Amino acid sequence: MTETQSAPARTAARLLRTPYFWGIVAIALLLLVNVLRDPGYLAITVNPANGNLVGNLVDILRAAAPILMIAVGMCLVIATGGIDLSVGSIMVVSGAVAMEFLNAAAAPDSVLAALAAFLLAVAFGAILGAVNGILVSVVGLQPFISTLVILLAGRGLAKVITEGQNTAASNEPFRWIANGYLVGLPVVLLFAVLIVIAVGLLVRRSALGLMIEAIGMDPKAARLAGIKRRSLLMTVYIASGILAGIAGVFATASVMTVDVSRTGYQLELDAILAVVIGGTSLAGGKFNLGGTVVGALLIATLDKTVVFLGISSSATPAFKAIVIVVLCLLQSERVRQLFRQRRAPGTFVPSKETIPA
Amino acid sequence: MTAPVPPAPVPIVEMKSISISFPGVKALDGVDFRLFPGEVHTLMGENGAGKSTLIKALTGVYRIDDGEILVGGQSRRLTGTADAQDAGISTVYQEVNLCDNLTIGENVMLGHETRGRFGINWTATHRAAVDALEKLGLGHLNPRQPLSTLSLAVQQLVAISRAMVAKSTVLILDEPTSSLDANEVEGLFAVIRRLRDQGVAILFVSHFLDQVYAISDRMTVLRNGQYQGEYLTRELPRAALIATMIGKEVASLASLDSERAERDHLHTDEPILRAEGLGRKGSIDPTDLELHRGEVVGFAGLLGSGRTELARLLYGADKADEGQVYFRGKKVDISTPTRGLAHKIAFSSENRRDEGIVRDLSVRENLVLAVQAKRGWARPLSKRDKDAIVTKYLAELNVRPADPDRPIRNLSGGNQQKVLLGRWLATKPELLILDEPTRGIDVGAKAEIQEQVAALADDGVAVVFISSELEEVVRLSDRIVVLKDHRKIAEIINGPGVTADLIVNTIAEEGVPAGADAAWSTPADREVSE
Repeated sequence: MTETQSAPARTAARLLRTPYFWGIVAIALLLLVNVLRDPGYLAITVNPANGNLVGNLVDILRAAAPILMIAVGMCLVIATGGIDLSVGSIMVVSGAVAMEFLNAAAAPDSVLAALAAFLLAVAFGAILGAVNGILVSVVGLQPFISTLVILLAGRGLAKVITEGQNTAASNEPFRWIANGYLVGLPVVLLFAVLIVIAVGLLVRRSALGLMIEAIGMDPKAARLAGIKRRSLLMTVYIASGILAGIAGVFATASVMTVDVSRTGYQLELDAILAVVIGGTSLAGGKFNLGGTVVGALLIATLDKTVVFLGISSSATPAFKAIVIVVLCLLQSERVRQLFRQRRAPGTFVPSKETIPA
Repeated sequence: MTAPVPPAPVPIVEMKSISISFPGVKALDGVDFRLFPGEVHTLMGENGAGKSTLIKALTGVYRIDDGEILVGGQSRRLTGTADAQDAGISTVYQEVNLCDNLTIGENVMLGHETRGRFGINWTATHRAAVDALEKLGLGHLNPRQPLSTLSLAVQQLVAISRAMVAKSTVLILDEPTSSLDANEVEGLFAVIRRLRDQGVAILFVSHFLDQVYAISDRMTVLRNGQYQGEYLTRELPRAALIATMIGKEVASLASLDSERAERDHLHTDEPILRAEGLGRKGSIDPTDLELHRGEVVGFAGLLGSGRTELARLLYGADKADEGQVYFRGKKVDISTPTRGLAHKIAFSSENRRDEGIVRDLSVRENLVLAVQAKRGWARPLSKRDKDAIVTKYLAELNVRPADPDRPIRNLSGGNQQKVLLGRWLATKPELLILDEPTRGIDVGAKAEIQEQVAALADDGVAVVFISSELEEVVRLSDRIVVLKDHRKIAEIINGPGVTADLIVNTIAEEGVPAGADAAWSTPADREVSE
């Protein structure tokens, strides 16, 4: 901005403008609140018996894994200018399929059965994602409506699959996915991190990211530039379905039960919030996977904090709402300008210069 | 067939030296306009001449900066569409502003429903609707039918009858015929004449010269926001009208010869692209066309003549519903831009903002977009390839500023256009279609783009060049395809003696302009000669 600013001040100013900066601040503040309640909150200890890391932070990261999966898929869908409301329902379908399969297989120690259950869950996710993709890109329905259909139908489908039961199964290798440890870290966390990195690389190293942004920003210009909107949308919705399928495995494997009315319930909203907190506009276009990860971590931290502080479950939504509203206000360009103007009248500089074309 | 009605002594609408400015541009500059009861008055002018601005001033959408509007002899301040309606001014737009989901009767009577003791009396309302429709000769319509079941043409008539229910004395028809076929236009004109005979003052805007001459009694011509004159239609020949619209004396047009050296026009080689009966209902009649290597073919015609529509079919931007396209003699399917691109065709839209640049992407990303789309997302361009494209075209096309990471929205129009040209050149097209590549850009950039077009043709690319500026078309093209009213009416081989004025005459007279030499031929002639 001005030349008198020191280098650290400039860095700080840039940091303030990073879309997910306030997400990180919010996570830190929530952790601080927890530390005030219990000074040992952040402590991470090594279980001497098996060398595994244990502590609240590890729990938060573990809990973040399913949200991380669906938020990353949601981020790509939102970037195309769409939305995927069906991810929570796809989670329960995948979970139901996996549990039913393992229950029928009745092989508590078979790695093969676990692998088959995992692949089956992912395949169902992919199929439902493809249905979304067809409804959006071929039939031309609005994404909101198309995925709302799957949101409603998915949970019904899960109930049909389990015949209305909350099917439980026992299979140690499958349980290990959510509860096991590898080199001292939770397997589910390693899994989630690997998948996020893989998606990130796929999107940014191939031209997928550029094309998703192009159709999200300006569908007409993108079409005339030769971008195949239809197949791109298919790809993105299927990717979101697959990631939701994996999230379904994570969510059911930890308790080895699918709860047809609770698994994945309203998680699509958490995913949307994570994307928005991460600085991706719901209008589509530029997307930010790193920000989405921050958003997902914030949601997980928030959930855990609510439990830790013992806030009554009826007040939980209100608490969540307050945190998110404050966060969105802080991110809003207009609110920030208001602050800046009040602090230093006369030195107001719009952060974005836009020259009309 | 229209006997002009002698104007009543008092105009129903009088606009005196109206000025409206927008940031950076004076849209209307001291424009006068009179509209008499019982006449059809056409507003003529090219794109951007200020026709819509004038209409919006009259309908209260825009506030006037200067001047006076008199309606029925009284000075009015129109600050909203409601004001205009109070003053008896109704508008029927190109996109009909009715409610699709309501019935015909409800639409006609909306806001004027007959009220009974218990709210709206629907029986009476629908009866009134039938009366209103009958007045326009539409008595056969069932008022209880949903509006959405009607064709666009009939919907327009319903909109007119709605305006009449609102007791309008002034009816504005903004491009009412742009998506109608010939029969529908006749139906509309019958209604317009009926209303005119009832004493309604009608303001008509259309790009179709034939229609203007068929229906209007009087016309006012605008150019660049300025008043050019008011004429009786029967006293203004077409060529003179076009000259007034584009602001050139007919005589001076004749002196502008082609600058492109006469070339060997006898293309014995196989055309790169041959279209047979290529057409799309409502936008372009079936058209035959051949495009050759190293040849610049200009599409000339007024806006709405079908020049853009034809170009879009050649690329697959719109899907043709009849005809075939042969690429290098092989029949091909060009129904989507992806297919067009795959056949080495590139198309730069006239709508730079909405269909050209992706505003929020950088110059670099905009440049590589089409090449990348052609390769598919799974085969990304390497960083080195991208840099090569960016460096090459930023330099070759002289893009300023030459900063590839800047968002393209921050560039001037001319530089955005150069980036777009670079985007298409990077796909190594064999046929490049440029729709209005020089519109709204500064003189320097314009000259640079023209030079590029000539250089491309010399390199063996087939170029289709579309521009509203006839001089530019004449200067650059080897062959000029003249379009009018959604039809190709002539093909003129460029050379000495071909001038903008010849094209104007061709459009005005449709066919052989008297006194022209044999340097041109109609499509029919061409077929004989081949």
